[in-house]
Amino acid sequence: MMSDQTRLATPRAVNGPEEPRGGEPRQISGSERPALWRRLLSSPAGRAALALLLVLAVGAIFNADGAFFNPGTHRDTLREASVTGILACGMTLVIISGGIDLSVGSVLALVAVCAATMAIHWNWPAWLVVPCCLCVGAAAGGAAGLVTARFGVQPFIATLAMMVLARGLAKYASGGMKVSTAIQNSDGTFHYVPVPPLFHGIGARILDGNLAVVTLIFLVCVATAWLALSRHRWGRYLYAIGGNEEAARLSGIPVVSAKTFAYVASGVFAAVAGLCEAAQEQQGDPEAGNGYELTAIAMVVIGGTNLMGGRGGMGLTLLGVLTIGYLDKILSINAVPDAGRLVLTGIIIVAAVLTQRRKN
Amino acid sequence: MTGITKRFGRVTVLDHARLELRGGEVHVLAGENGAGKSTLVKILGGVYPDYEGTIEINGRPARPHTPLQASALGIAVIHQELSLVGPVSVADNIFLGRNPVRAGWVRDGRQEAEARRWLRQLGLELDVRRPAEQFPIATRQLIEIAKALSQDARVLVMDEPTSALNAPEVERLFALIESLKEDGCGILYITHKMEEIQRIADRVTVLRDGRWIGTAPARDLPMPRLIQWMVGRDMGEQFPRRTPAPGRERLRLENFSVFPSCFSRRPAAEDVSLSVRAGEILGIGGLQGSGASELLLGLFGAYGRATRGSVRLDDRPLRPASPRQAIEAGVALLTNDRKGTGLVLSLSIIANATLAGLRELSPGGWRRPARERAAAAAVTRLMQLRAASLDLDAGALSGGNQQKVVLAKWLQTRPKLLLLDDPTRGVDVVAKREIYQLMEQWTMQGIAILLISSELPELLRLSDRIAVLHRGRVTAQFSGGQATPENVLAAAMGQTHSEPDPGLRLEPTFK
Repeated sequence: MMSDQTRLATPRAVNGPEEPRGGEPRQISGSERPALWRRLLSSPAGRAALALLLVLAVGAIFNADGAFFNPGTHRDTLREASVTGILACGMTLVIISGGIDLSVGSVLALVAVCAATMAIHWNWPAWLVVPCCLCVGAAAGGAAGLVTARFGVQPFIATLAMMVLARGLAKYASGGMKVSTAIQNSDGTFHYVPVPPLFHGIGARILDGNLAVVTLIFLVCVATAWLALSRHRWGRYLYAIGGNEEAARLSGIPVVSAKTFAYVASGVFAAVAGLCEAAQEQQGDPEAGNGYELTAIAMVVIGGTNLMGGRGGMGLTLLGVLTIGYLDKILSINAVPDAGRLVLTGIIIVAAVLTQRRKN
Repeated sequence: MTGITKRFGRVTVLDHARLELRGGEVHVLAGENGAGKSTLVKILGGVYPDYEGTIEINGRPARPHTPLQASALGIAVIHQELSLVGPVSVADNIFLGRNPVRAGWVRDGRQEAEARRWLRQLGLELDVRRPAEQFPIATRQLIEIAKALSQDARVLVMDEPTSALNAPEVERLFALIESLKEDGCGILYITHKMEEIQRIADRVTVLRDGRWIGTAPARDLPMPRLIQWMVGRDMGEQFPRRTPAPGRERLRLENFSVFPSCFSRRPAAEDVSLSVRAGEILGIGGLQGSGASELLLGLFGAYGRATRGSVRLDDRPLRPASPRQAIEAGVALLTNDRKGTGLVLSLSIIANATLAGLRELSPGGWRRPARERAAAAAVTRLMQLRAASLDLDAGALSGGNQQKVVLAKWLQTRPKLLLLDDPTRGVDVVAKREIYQLMEQWTMQGIAILLISSELPELLRLSDRIAVLHRGRVTAQFSGGQATPENVLAAAMGQTHSEPDPGLRLEPTFK
């Protein structure tokens, strides 16, 4: 809001805007090339792509004895970024509507526990487990969304409450233990049941092992969120609400429904991520997804979607997911210890967001 | 100030502009929106430290780099965009950055007493400990003025200080300006309102497209000449000549009351009975707090069903529970706060222009970008919108063009009843004239218009009839010819006007 106002405060000519969008006064020495640079840097997509290229360049330099050029590394990067990437899809919708969803990590754990219980303990078939899990996610998102949209509780608070609540439910449903294929007998010993076909299916790789099914699911989620945001009426509603809620309301937009929709969608994406997590781990861990919400938010913000709402998009989030995913991978193939990895990631996120900032 | 040049990127906003302000004069800076007035003021106020040219104060060169430095140089600025910090108390806002302190601690008691003293000068008694955002926009503007006054400045810059004030408040401000003048304070005054220029200006400087056009004593610059300076050509008649041809009754209110807040039992508008015919402009006069804006919002369903009484639109009952239902019934509302409640500044012109009609443009829910573009292009062309591209953010447009985008949005819904709350607020002369012409066209298409205007001449000239509200109640109704500034103002201040006159009755005289 603040930056909008300062931007507005600059006077404009009667016949149109004076400034090219995001145009910053730059010292130009060449003739043609700088125009391209400037165009690239003047759009958020250009800056997000640049951030990704920078990370890739770092990877090419610190390539861990050529490991970075191994196609397997890129496959793994995509696979490992998929679960948080799916969360980032829902997060994009919520952030564009001017909100935030802190509950996605816990909802992921709740769904993972539910999925494991249904598929392993109850032997439910996949066609029953998947819809049930999606409903759990939708219910969690819908509850947080209604509290926010209908009763005007700040999204941060409402989803923080849901974050705690969903984590509690996950622990309650699992008895605080991982729900796995090792089932405790009455005499204290364990017997093992086979991994359910649903988990095998989601955890598998297709196309000769070149494409993980979770990556495919992630890409489908990106496409779905993109369609909703860019091609559907409700997507436009979310942008309008994030940009100016009162103006949106007075333009006849169903603000409460649209905001609730964003949280429901976020919950459903979290459920999809929960299924993927459970399938990959072949168990339902009530502690899963801790801190994933922050990674998802970082992915959205690094892409260039405005945390204040109203600006951004799914394409940007995809770039953000790749940036964080590659960053993580590059640090891990170079065997940077965990402590250093976290510190570096923090610094790089700040740097990336600083370059993303619109300059006046 | 001489040779002031300021560029944003590659665009030159000010091109060797100059300005000379003497002590003890009111110097009006005039020009269309985008002429560079606000930029010049911001340079003087230290907001933009990066410019070419020189500023001299009392013959000594000065170069304010920050608003605080400008303040130290004796320059106080009342900015057009209200610059109060919403959640902070009124007293803190007035003394922001200059709080009276002892050993680093703010002396609250003294600060509050001082704040109260400055506000009293403006005729305002309020609890200075309450956050500024709790006050209506007019009060906030007065707080802003008090803030500037409290700086004991030698140069006082006022950028459209009256845009949200009502007549008595404006009077009080003008009286204050007189006394500041006598103290030898130089006042630079920016306004779009012609009558204010005529009323208070000693000298006038005109800017056009960032260039200095001329400076002249106000008495040597009659209005047509001034307008010609501003727009570079002869404007002719400012208001279009209206030929009222009202059709059948479109809207009828009977004992309509609006309750904007669920916590207060007192309605903002009470027992209002009015009727508007197709093709007619009914002006609603009233001072700040008269309930006129709330009346329109209530009609539009912005407060849900917190209304009482009967409303009939085209002889069908209208009781919208939400703006959406009102829009579906054929009502459109242009609010008085373009940036706050009218536009989504971060969205493109196309998105804004189609926002209210997106449902019809997206059958099945899926958007049709090409169809949206065509629809937006069609309405904005009617509006004579000037924009390099329809894909620009609405926030990148000038005030007049922004207002046209909002109007385009509402016209896109094909309304039968248009509620216009101060449609020319913060809009330059040319765009104002175009908006007047558009209103004339709409009435010819049979649209009924309810008009609120903060400028009395505008209200008087545009309205076919005028109803005046005072504290939520209709105190008088005039037909166009009978309304004069005096009797409208008297009614707005509470004097009831009750002589029975067949010409003034609301019921249509023919059936």
